[in-house]
Amino acid sequence: MSKEIVFSAETLAVVNKLIKRYPEGRQKSALLPVLHVAQAEFDGWLSSDVMDYVASILEIKPIEVYEVASFYSMYNLKPVGKCLLEVCQTGPCMLNGADDLVAHFEKKLNIKVGETSEDGMFTLKTVECLGSCGTAPMLQCGADYHENLDETKADALIEKLRAENKRSRYC
Amino acid sequence: MGRKLLLEHINVPGIETLEVYRKMGGYSAAEKAIKTMQPDDITEEVKKSGLRGRGGAGFPAGMKWSFIDKKSEKPRYLVCNADESEPGTFKDRYLMEKIPHSLIEGMLVSSFALGAKTSYIYIRGEYFYVLRILEKAIEEAYAAGLLGKNIFGTDYSLDVHVQIGAGAYICGEETALLESLEGKRGNPRMKPPFPAISGLYASPTVVNNVETIAAVPHIINITGDEYAKIGVGRSTGTKLISASGHINKPGTYEIELGLTVEEFIYSDEYCGGIKGGRKIKAMIAGGSSVPILPAHLITKTANGEDRLMTYESLSDGGFVSGTMLGSGGFVIMDETACIVRHTWTLARFYHHESCGQCSPCREGTGWMEKVLHRIEHGHGSMKDIDLLVDIAKKIEGNTICPLGDASAWPIASAIRHFREEFEYHILHPEKVKDPKHFAHEPFVSSKLENV
Repeated sequence: MSKEIVFSAETLAVVNKLIKRYPEGRQKSALLPVLHVAQAEFDGWLSSDVMDYVASILEIKPIEVYEVASFYSMYNLKPVGKCLLEVCQTGPCMLNGADDLVAHFEKKLNIKVGETSEDGMFTLKTVECLGSCGTAPMLQCGADYHENLDETKADALIEKLRAENKRSRYC
Repeated sequence: MGRKLLLEHINVPGIETLEVYRKMGGYSAAEKAIKTMQPDDITEEVKKSGLRGRGGAGFPAGMKWSFIDKKSEKPRYLVCNADESEPGTFKDRYLMEKIPHSLIEGMLVSSFALGAKTSYIYIRGEYFYVLRILEKAIEEAYAAGLLGKNIFGTDYSLDVHVQIGAGAYICGEETALLESLEGKRGNPRMKPPFPAISGLYASPTVVNNVETIAAVPHIINITGDEYAKIGVGRSTGTKLISASGHINKPGTYEIELGLTVEEFIYSDEYCGGIKGGRKIKAMIAGGSSVPILPAHLITKTANGEDRLMTYESLSDGGFVSGTMLGSGGFVIMDETACIVRHTWTLARFYHHESCGQCSPCREGTGWMEKVLHRIEHGHGSMKDIDLLVDIAKKIEGNTICPLGDASAWPIASAIRHFREEFEYHILHPEKVKDPKHFAHEPFVSSKLENV
């Protein structure tokens, strides 16, 4: 049922290029970027099988991958919806209406923060400062920043993402 | 109009491309430095310029460079800290996005000065789209022979790579950043040894902020002495300020250090005044970690002098009545803002971002978040206020890295200057039920009335 966990030849070439950026024997340095690549390749999250595979590619122990994957907030250790809506909620965004924006998404998608919509399309997540304080409130979906949001723009974004029906990815 | 260096050409169409950047004089500083100067002369110029680290700490950049261990036989590294994650700060993102080559040229000059042959830019994971812009710029630079082997026909060669993070504020701390660059959790290291002796791969390393590195070519172009003439006293040069919150014109501005805070907030050239013509209530001058200031201490110091946008003037009065320039993350709150709610979001931020190595920070940030949550939601008691002060005191100075201090200062200062507002939340739980309690009916403290 689940697809075999192997990078495509194309992805493997990207990964090998990443590894070459570091001195000989320091291939572990490529772990963060390679985990991003793996997450994008394998449905937007890192299963233990995927992490074991990354460990084998980088010739490091699986535990070295687990401890890193569990430290950084952008790695998903559980399946997520096709579009991960990451709404910033820290100080400057809060001052400019982040609370209302989160409440609006909860109502519109009929889910709470941390949950995935029934159709598997959206996961709503609150995140800490994304460096977009001058264009608050905002959210990140994949590599894209959606800034200066209000309810109308938020609704339009949801419609657009639904119509595109693509998995969001950072890379 | 203040003098512009970093953003002088920001509005030139196509300035993100190598072609236009060079037309506007780009890479002339790199050529001058590599062809006609000795590495140590560059460090000397940077020392003369008085340039201070623009990431937040404000440590003299030239001095930091001079600490690098030259006796070591290991390779030396320059690592650019582009992990910009301090709430209220988005200046580096702006610079990298709009003029990526200014950072690449800065990396080239700085790496040459330090004797580094490989350099890394560590950028926060969320800035993936900026990573693509930087990678494109680097590709252009390689194709033009500005990176790679025998740059400008000399025997100097340099490789620059961008490393992507994955969501961790702590990686802005330089040793946590190095751990992360080595493919590990971002746990800050014990110091000493400092990175200049034992940094990336235990080799001599200098870690500098994006803006610091991008300032170096300008120093080479106009000389360190000229650069030092801009500004006031030990606050030399220009600084990028990212302004947000309740102002009419949020955005990134380049200022000459020494501008008055009043002009920065109210003039149309910068923030353009407070939204809706409302009254100002509070200011965070240098990112969320620095102490918050109440209205009466924003444009004037406690001594009644004009408050200036300098390292010294902003910290005038210490933590009793002053703050810090920090990263230049400038956040303004008007009278409708709830200080308790804002402080709670910051406490939540630091709790989320604590790496968990040191117990005062790991536990303390969580306690502060919980206590602030209950005060903000109308379940606090009077002794909670002193409890917060006590926790903050016990974190401060008791952790490996400054995240502990950074979590304590905003809370301690909010209570110092806005204690009445915390008490109001505790005494009137029914009034704070609605999360936007002060948006409709501003809380007016006696201090605010006196402004």
